[in-house]
Amino acid sequence: MVASAGGSPAVGVAEFRHGTTVVALRFADGIVMAGDRRATEGHAIAHRAMEKVFPADRFSAVAIAGAAGPAVEMVRLFQTQLEHYEKVEGVVLSLEGKANQLGQMVREHLPMAMQGLAVVPLFAGFDLARGTGRIFTYDVTGGHYEETEHNATGSGGRDARTTIKLGYRVGMGQDEAVELAIQALYEAADEDSATGGPDLVRGIYPLVATVTAEGYATVPEEAVAASFADLIERRRSEGRPS
Amino acid sequence: MTMPYYVAPEQVMKDRAEYAQKGIARGRSLIAATYDVGILMVAENPSRSLHKISEIYDRIAFAGVGKYNEFDQLRVSGVRHADTKGYAYSREDVDARSLANLYAQYLGQVFTHEMKPLEVEILVAELGTELRPAQLYHIAYEGTIIDEDRYAVLGGETESIAARVESSWEEGWSLAAALGATVAALAGPERTLSSHDLEVAVLASGNGRRAFRRMTGSELDELLG
Repeated sequence: MVASAGGSPAVGVAEFRHGTTVVALRFADGIVMAGDRRATEGHAIAHRAMEKVFPADRFSAVAIAGAAGPAVEMVRLFQTQLEHYEKVEGVVLSLEGKANQLGQMVREHLPMAMQGLAVVPLFAGFDLARGTGRIFTYDVTGGHYEETEHNATGSGGRDARTTIKLGYRVGMGQDEAVELAIQALYEAADEDSATGGPDLVRGIYPLVATVTAEGYATVPEEAVAASFADLIERRRSEGRPS
Repeated sequence: MTMPYYVAPEQVMKDRAEYAQKGIARGRSLIAATYDVGILMVAENPSRSLHKISEIYDRIAFAGVGKYNEFDQLRVSGVRHADTKGYAYSREDVDARSLANLYAQYLGQVFTHEMKPLEVEILVAELGTELRPAQLYHIAYEGTIIDEDRYAVLGGETESIAARVESSWEEGWSLAAALGATVAALAGPERTLSSHDLEVAVLASGNGRRAFRRMTGSELDELLG
């Protein structure tokens, strides 16, 4: 438990923080974004099939870490705003414009974050003007920073980042990038209690999405399941259980 | 002492209606027609960027003729209304009927209470589902609302254009057939219209959540044959 800043009662509130791992990495034709499915309340698992990766619009994706309620609401408002802008103005916002817009929303959420209900999104998309994938990370103040290659956020973010760092190559292909994202989530779930791993019993797997010049697409669940099965089998046969 | 003029209300309404009709008739016309998997909207509009037809929501489109600034303002408030409603409740709660009613009320209000009526005629189109057919709400400058389920013609010389659409109408025709017939109906016997003179968009059920799509360039040329 962390005491809240203003001395106001934060019982049970601070426990909501960052129960998640979401990752984003850039490959030759765009970006991959992936997130686990677990939601926690304190030490208890609240939900096993939560979605944390969303299409923001046709050419961008947003992933969330932090308090689930306000985070999902923020995504809904963000999606509505992007579509609203597109319809009213007749043109799509630039990727930079979308990133700034999301930053503003995170900044407006700062008072709630100070009370322990922080929302930290990860934003990535395909920049049609530059013809490349781009990734933006955020902090609770709404500050956003462009990442050159990859990043991860949430409680398991550090483990995921390390995994990606070790396997990353500039200009890697989509399949390789998806594999690496899956591996990063696997490692994060292995170390972090608030990050869910592949749920083989219920058949619930992390959500993996790509954004390329063709737009947003989710990697089919069967493909994600097969990747996890491969990963686990490889670990077993190589004689390294972790 | 000067006496205030008395003008009969009938006269006031007649003058306003004439004024609005004249404004609308000056512009080019527009046709919306249903086809096998959606709704086709065709407008005579040489501009590539000032649209007469646009998207309102997932399955709803807007089209306007007459004064551009006036119907564009209506379009923007429609988008705002739909997005607000969809965000506050659910996407499936946004429907064309309530939007069309809102437009009708607003146009009626302006027509009776303001100095100048709006010189516009608008259309709210909603893609059908398995349970109900496509809806075309045709709303006139004074707020009259007409509900069509086959086609609607907006703008000047609507009677002759509607007669041409009626004579070539085929139930459940393809997009290409519907486009050919509507373009011919807009052009009339003496003219031919090319893709450069047209603004074409569809609400089609194969397009995913957002059913609205513009047709331009080579795609349009191919369809026009």
